[in-house]
Amino acid sequence: MKNSRLKKITLLSFILSFTLLIFNYSSYALDVKREVLENGLVLMIVQRHNLPVVKVAVGINAGSLNEPADKAGLANLVAALLTEGTAGRTARQISEEIEFVGGSVGASGGDDYITASLSVLKKDIDLGFDLLSDIILNPVFPEDEINKKKERIKGGLKASEEDPRFVASKNFRRAVFGEHPYGRLVTGTAETIDRITREDLVNFHSRYYVPGNSIMAVVGDVTEEEAKGLIDKYFGRWKGGKTPPPPLPPLNAVKQRKTITVDKDLAQATVILGHLGVRRDNPDYYALSVMNYILGGGGFASRLMQNIREDKGLVYDIYSYFAADRYGGSFQVVLQTKNESANTAISEVLKEINRIRNNPVSDMELSDAASFLTGSFPMRIETSDRIAGFLVAVEYYGLGVDYIDRYPEYINSVTKEDVLRVARKYLDPENFILVVVADQEKTALRKEFRK
Amino acid sequence: MTKKIAPVIFLLLFVVSACAHTALTVAADEYAGIHEETLANGLKVFALKVPGAPLSVFQIWYDAGSINEQVGKTGLSHLLEHMMFKGTPEHGPKTFSRIIKRAGGIDNAGTSKDFVYYYQKLAPDRLYLSIELEADRMQNLIMDPKETLSERDVVMEERRMRYDDDPQNLVFEEVVAAAFKSHPYRWPVIGWMEDLRTITRDDLWKYYRSRYVPNNAFIVVAGDIDVASVLKKIRKEFGAIPKGGEIKKLDVVEPPQRGEKRVFVKKEAELPYVLSAYKAPNILNEDSYALEVLAGVLSGGKSARIYKSLIDEQRIALSAGAGYSALQKYPYLFYLYGTPLPGRKIEDVENALYEEVQKIKDQPPSEREVQKAKNQIEADFIMSQDSVFYQAMILAQFEMIGGWRLKDKYLEGIRKVTPEDVRRVARKYLVEDHRTVGILVPVKKSK
Repeated sequence: MKNSRLKKITLLSFILSFTLLIFNYSSYALDVKREVLENGLVLMIVQRHNLPVVKVAVGINAGSLNEPADKAGLANLVAALLTEGTAGRTARQISEEIEFVGGSVGASGGDDYITASLSVLKKDIDLGFDLLSDIILNPVFPEDEINKKKERIKGGLKASEEDPRFVASKNFRRAVFGEHPYGRLVTGTAETIDRITREDLVNFHSRYYVPGNSIMAVVGDVTEEEAKGLIDKYFGRWKGGKTPPPPLPPLNAVKQRKTITVDKDLAQATVILGHLGVRRDNPDYYALSVMNYILGGGGFASRLMQNIREDKGLVYDIYSYFAADRYGGSFQVVLQTKNESANTAISEVLKEINRIRNNPVSDMELSDAASFLTGSFPMRIETSDRIAGFLVAVEYYGLGVDYIDRYPEYINSVTKEDVLRVARKYLDPENFILVVVADQEKTALRKEFRK
Repeated sequence: MTKKIAPVIFLLLFVVSACAHTALTVAADEYAGIHEETLANGLKVFALKVPGAPLSVFQIWYDAGSINEQVGKTGLSHLLEHMMFKGTPEHGPKTFSRIIKRAGGIDNAGTSKDFVYYYQKLAPDRLYLSIELEADRMQNLIMDPKETLSERDVVMEERRMRYDDDPQNLVFEEVVAAAFKSHPYRWPVIGWMEDLRTITRDDLWKYYRSRYVPNNAFIVVAGDIDVASVLKKIRKEFGAIPKGGEIKKLDVVEPPQRGEKRVFVKKEAELPYVLSAYKAPNILNEDSYALEVLAGVLSGGKSARIYKSLIDEQRIALSAGAGYSALQKYPYLFYLYGTPLPGRKIEDVENALYEEVQKIKDQPPSEREVQKAKNQIEADFIMSQDSVFYQAMILAQFEMIGGWRLKDKYLEGIRKVTPEDVRRVARKYLVEDHRTVGILVPVKKSK
């Protein structure tokens, strides 16, 4: 009796969910004020007065896409050195000033864009904007700091070789993207890092760190007037229009079948199986989101997890995803399993890819995916930090300031036919890259997987 | 942070209207925006209203961390946490997460040495799902024997991933195992591989029946919730669960250490690593505040002593720092750690870490350094409140250790710390004879 009551409730809540979600949605919609300033900077402000805290993210179109291959790591090095000395402050002064007030200021590299960020208590907002503008506008790249940073990035690369996921991912990117910047590590390699000169850094900075290339999101306990006043005061003299995009090598149009193995003394095989994916502006992006949720993006609700973890006990974690960047992307299935069961896990992954290409998903799977993707959206941008980062991405990928309002519609309009169509179009069980980092003797990869 | 208001007695209007089976609430209180009550079966409930929060969170915490396991059965608590997702007669196998996700929610669980907790993040109007599902799995777990074996395999994969193939985590595991000779803190939460192989369904069942009872648990709900109706629902679903047997509190005192212990881990790795762990008190000891500040002075950012000296000036370390875990039920550890830059010696990194400690023992840190560490702790505390989940988590962790109101004492304690206090605790706790040092020795695969 209890059982049937539950089913009814579940079904009911399920039917309600679409309307409810849309309702929830609008009640938590972000009130984003967006404007393009005279110098070309795109500014977005969201007021949140729940805490005396302000978070700022600045996305600058100065990622590794813009660097020459033989100096890979240049864009990342510029970002990493922003805090290591400006015209008016030494590296030590910058860290001392911001850390004294319990805040943080810094920048991190990326392929599409770099992100500079600030985190301060409301009372320190003036100091925060002063430091943020100083590191973006006036870095001086002292020789000594360059050498120290290079040494640490190279050391970090060596240390990362200890991490099988890093090793697998590095090999996968190279195989999928080839000569395209997406095929490289954002950090570059020891060899390319050594080639970078101070002049390279200074030139890259003056060319790309301009307001026309930049998006700033200010989120937190601040009024619009206040934020604009601070930007006027600290970023007022920042000038420079959009830098034209660099010529990029074309992405391989054709998917290829290739296996890469790395032999290490490991208990588990780390496996990445995948191929080229889509650009962020591909209209099928949302159908792919739904399809991927069902295949391997949905954690315990996904088929890969159900089959390979829940039914077979072969993995702790397994997932698939589409990484969609501006100029291209990849599809990957990532798993770890004891060396001896790698073959079984790989063939199960291929079975699931074939299954979702050959048969429509169930109504339940489709609606579960839609209700999760739409319903959990507010949770994925709960904090001011998250909101700031999210807004920069929304602007950079041209998703529109009302993206958060339109997202449920994008997802809910995906049909079973769409899911089948995109599975067939974008998943390839024949021509894929397979990377296996493992104790190769124990893994004994089957002949069919060695190509 | 929540504003303090005078404690007021909450009027329990709804209890009367509840049906016969619903437990009577024995105590209720509201303080600092937190409504607290205890059901007759011993289950404590904390409800925290956070107006405007975009989501709500439900957490249930059990006093069932790995310290409650027996020798030879390590990893049992964590494996049971996995089994909690395997279904009940009412909510079939493997459906828990599906139901939550279908409602647009996110769910997971975690096991530590001290506790286990389960959580869901949901829109406030769906919290009823959490309440129904958690009440159900507190009592009615199926624990199918076949599923148990399969999940044991999953946990073994987890162990391989997190420890066996992560050289620095292996060092951590060995250091903790060597540091404690009697206290059950010595074994890892994930369990030793050899023990995992021998855990049976029966072991899990006994543990579940004895520890997953209302009087060994508490609930925290937070978000933009209607407190009255959430509490009513909790009383309805959990109130009828019978109180479990009396649970004996763990009563183990780790004997004093009489000399440095040193362990080595040989494993394929790129760089060596050192972890030096000193016995240190927990948050129930007043000295914990000064130890928190000491950790900040040593390693609170790039302007702190360890970064400045080992990474920036001497250029011997790729990474180095200090850490302190005060939020433990029993006295635990204060750590120093470091990885040398390629070509540098691990001994030099280890000695340089000790030199930084020695400098503080010789001369108290400056007022400014201490103030900086305090400001960092305070700012982090404020910023962490942006997440409803984290607000609930902080409350629960303090509750698990000695009462959630300690949370408000915490910042006061930090503010009172003086430079001399920092020197005093460095001298008292960061003592050679009370430390356990682990060294990772990279070896090449021999084939």
